[in-house]
Amino acid sequence: MVNVQINGTWMQFPKGTRMIEACKEANAEVPHYCYHPKLSSPGNCRMCLVEMGMPPRLAPGQEAEKDEDGHTKISWMPRPAIACANTVANGMGIRTTGPLVEECRKGVMEFLLINHPLDCPICDQAGECRLQEFSVEHGQGESRFLETKVKKPKNVEIGPRIRLDDERCIMCSRCIRFCQEIADDDVLGFTDRGSHTVLTTHPGKQLANDYSLNTADICPVGALTSNDFRFQMRVWFLKETKSLCTSCGRGCNTLIGARENEVHRQTPRENGEVNSTWMCDSGRLNFHYLHSESRLTDPMIKSDSGHRVASWSEAHQLSAACLKACEPNQIAMVASARMTNEELFMAKRLAKELKIELIDVVTRPQDGDDLLVSKDGNPNTNGAMLILGIDEPGSKLNAIKAGIDRGEIKALLCFDENLVKAGLGEAILGKLSFLLSSHLLANSTADLANVVLPSSGFAEKRGSMVNVTGRLQRLNQAIQPPGQVMDGWEVLRDLIQSVTGSNGLYMIEDVFKLMAEDVPAFAGLSLSKIGDEGVSIMDTDEKVTLLERERERVAKGIIVG
Amino acid sequence: MAIVVKRPKLSILEKMYLPGIIKGLWITLSHAINRLRGKSKKVTMQYPEEKWDDQLPEYYRGAPALVTDEQGRERCVSCQLCEFICPPRAIKIIPGEIEKGDTWEKVEKQPATFDIDMIRCIYCGMCEEVCPEQAIYLRKDYVITGESREEMVHDKDKLYEIGGVRVGLVNKWNELK
Amino acid sequence: MTELLTILYSLIEPTIKIVVLVFMVILPMVAYSVYAERRFSALLQDRVGPNRVGIPFTKISLAGLGQPMADGLKFILKEDLTPGHVRKFYYWLAPALTMVPALLTCAVLPFGGHLKLPFFDEPFQMVIADLDVGILFVFAIASLGVYGIVLAGWASNSKYPFIGGVRSSSQMISYEISLGLSVIPILMIYGDLNLGSIVQQQHEKGWALLPVTLDGFMPVFSFRDIVLLVPLLISFVIFVTSLFAETNRLPFDLPECETELVAGYHTEYSSMKFALFFLGEYAAMIIGSGFAVTLFLGGWSLPFGWGGNGEESLFWGLVAIGTFFAKVIGFILFFIWVRWSIPRFRYDQLMRLGWVFFFEIALFNILLTAGILMFFG
Repeated sequence: MVNVQINGTWMQFPKGTRMIEACKEANAEVPHYCYHPKLSSPGNCRMCLVEMGMPPRLAPGQEAEKDEDGHTKISWMPRPAIACANTVANGMGIRTTGPLVEECRKGVMEFLLINHPLDCPICDQAGECRLQEFSVEHGQGESRFLETKVKKPKNVEIGPRIRLDDERCIMCSRCIRFCQEIADDDVLGFTDRGSHTVLTTHPGKQLANDYSLNTADICPVGALTSNDFRFQMRVWFLKETKSLCTSCGRGCNTLIGARENEVHRQTPRENGEVNSTWMCDSGRLNFHYLHSESRLTDPMIKSDSGHRVASWSEAHQLSAACLKACEPNQIAMVASARMTNEELFMAKRLAKELKIELIDVVTRPQDGDDLLVSKDGNPNTNGAMLILGIDEPGSKLNAIKAGIDRGEIKALLCFDENLVKAGLGEAILGKLSFLLSSHLLANSTADLANVVLPSSGFAEKRGSMVNVTGRLQRLNQAIQPPGQVMDGWEVLRDLIQSVTGSNGLYMIEDVFKLMAEDVPAFAGLSLSKIGDEGVSIMDTDEKVTLLERERERVAKGIIVG
Repeated sequence: MAIVVKRPKLSILEKMYLPGIIKGLWITLSHAINRLRGKSKKVTMQYPEEKWDDQLPEYYRGAPALVTDEQGRERCVSCQLCEFICPPRAIKIIPGEIEKGDTWEKVEKQPATFDIDMIRCIYCGMCEEVCPEQAIYLRKDYVITGESREEMVHDKDKLYEIGGVRVGLVNKWNELK
Repeated sequence: MTELLTILYSLIEPTIKIVVLVFMVILPMVAYSVYAERRFSALLQDRVGPNRVGIPFTKISLAGLGQPMADGLKFILKEDLTPGHVRKFYYWLAPALTMVPALLTCAVLPFGGHLKLPFFDEPFQMVIADLDVGILFVFAIASLGVYGIVLAGWASNSKYPFIGGVRSSSQMISYEISLGLSVIPILMIYGDLNLGSIVQQQHEKGWALLPVTLDGFMPVFSFRDIVLLVPLLISFVIFVTSLFAETNRLPFDLPECETELVAGYHTEYSSMKFALFFLGEYAAMIIGSGFAVTLFLGGWSLPFGWGGNGEESLFWGLVAIGTFFAKVIGFILFFIWVRWSIPRFRYDQLMRLGWVFFFEIALFNILLTAGILMFFG
């Protein structure tokens, strides 16, 4: 530990702490552009200049001058130092306020804004732009620059998902470092000199890796923006909800930006145990189906002339009547590892009420990558195994298929899966006397189903999931579902009520409470105890290469982490 | 600190209210009598026939409208600040992109739709104040009527029709500016 | 059989009177007093007032005389909304309870002397019910008017109507006392509770406030009556002021004052139910004017004992009716004039005026009258 004086107060920090982090802890945040705790620090934006001082170097025999607290008096350096790349030392003094620092920031802001196009009204970054923020806080409000501004390329497509505006770029090199250090896809670099420096891709290359949209996140200005989000919505309208990405087993923590029941973007949320601060493009952009044309909005019942819209109670009562008419061993259930724990638990209860033995989920193996994308395409396989008591997911599907084929299974309940895609073709499903299918979108299974229930998407419900590393995490509701759509666990609760006639649960908290009593892994937990970053509830062998590498670099002192 | 207001001392006559009441009654009655005798004139206007249009002040706040400049450029870039500031949430903008190859390709953004719900609009003028592009102005039109709610929503065409061309504005999208 | 016919016959007469007076005179008067209020207030304030509605589908505007009809039609066609949070039964009852007492009291109001119609031997008395306890009946029924307002305030289940209802109940109860006390001198002087005979006496000896008859061109008056003018004037001022308070009109319209209570007790009412409150207030004003006229200004009689009471000829009977309504209209105009001239009282001022001044003054006034009557025998 070393003693550091920050703005007149003495504090203690571990050796090796960056000055900028020490200041942050002392509630004296230092403005910065190029510094990012997960990337190396080149110190090139000069925004984080602070006044620094050290104990004077003593002449032989000289006694150190002490102040009234017993600390050695600091001799302040006449020129500022960058706070991002320097580490604290014993007896060091830092001032983040005062005439020198303020003058430095004002000067740096003025230089950064010299060639800035001032097109905030059309810039997607406006509202969350560091340039705007610091210009208000530290800038001077007007330009003294009389010469002609340097013109640079605008609206450049440097990749399939990323657009570059060089005029807005402040050369912080965060994106270049990200591509080199995190994404392992070194395609960005600076060319030309002085005020003509431009960011560009290496000749013949594109910023096309699956993590390219992270560069738009870390870009402190509007130089790199997302094509998908381009001109969709100003960020100040977005209501941000902490949630999860459900596109693979990783369960990256996200912020869902929504306005008036429409999701406009997803951005990664920092979680050192899951996804650091990053997220893959494929997961991030995988929300458009929520607003797709083929979204189911009402329960439907099959009649002679195709499906007709029905009320929930009608659909539930019809299903209950058909299910009660079957023997328990004539019914099978295919749940989904895309459902939340709460939904799975209610599905399990339904199976218990109907005494269904044959339950399985559909597996989604995929390639995955070394960084974040998991080899499991289902976000909640661990949860499904824990709750439904399945040892080997997907192993009973063939038995179900064969049972239907032989005519032993007459009724099939299918939740959030497309069975036709999973190998149970029309020929098989056609043999059933009753098929219930719930899904977000109209699909080929729904076409065959006697009762079609619409289900809610990941941004429309609360719930929890267990990711591939055994971490229990929480989904939060960002938008209201369309039409008559209800939360998945409520649909299942009503279905159970229709079957048993008993009274049900009213809050998802109660569902979790029951589940915690039933499933040992969840014991003692509640939805609120999960917190925003989740809790680890089981051990798996899964290693996250990206996090391993990050820890390695932190240990070496390259990054702060 | 509390301020003690000194109440005026009232005489007995004043305390009785009656003289004051009679005085008040007389004032109103004298107005009525003067009207009946044709000595004074009405101070109000018979609205649709008599109007005050030529006397509306420069700062009059009528219907908000979008303007084009002397180069015929649609000034709005759909930054949505007016939508944000609008207290009754009367404005709804869906941003659009300017196609590459357009004369004003450089501006990149323009409203795909721009609706102002005139049933909601309270004519506060915040949109005009907040606009960074000098694109929206409150004009002197105040007769905004319609027979349905849909009719009362001014779309982009209608807004440009009301707004017309405005000259002498800052042209920041010109080259080298 | 003949008995039944007699009973039936005796029912026909009041029925015709009720129909003619209430539906053909009072209700149109109510409608047109709204119009009069708007036009007269416009005059007082240098405005124009409603002057457009005339004969539908033509450009004939008749100075806006069609306005009351149009307003009525509008009220009927408006959506009749009953908010979900109200006590439905009382909510529906309240408007009726406001309108009914106002109309009931006109039963004992002598709106003319007698009417001698051709083909009938007996002249008809121009009052629906010639009650010997007329004034008591009036006070008994008029006090019920407060129920309408209190129920409206309570049943609306919302704070502004509630405060309006509470205000109005305390206000009406307070001023009923001074209203009643201020009438007692009249009763003492005329020694009768029957409104018809009070007017008849005024017809013969001059109005209460103008106790002079003319013999040729010579004024005839008694010294006693002149002295009695002092308590009667005091009574008159108290009576009229209390009447303003009782009818919830400015300057005492605190139960519905817009600046504090939105619309007071009828905030949650719309359409015809609101109209009933609105019209009830005007009906109360008309009937109240009728009583003020009857008690203090000679009712249907012409000044100075001119004319007859209609027992002799049809002509004087019609003149008497005309005189009564002319006086009432004059009084209504006075009501309107006051409303548009005087600002609203504060609630504490209102209560102070009622309890501290009018109550004591009216009590003292009774003693004064009694003294005068004793002194002059």
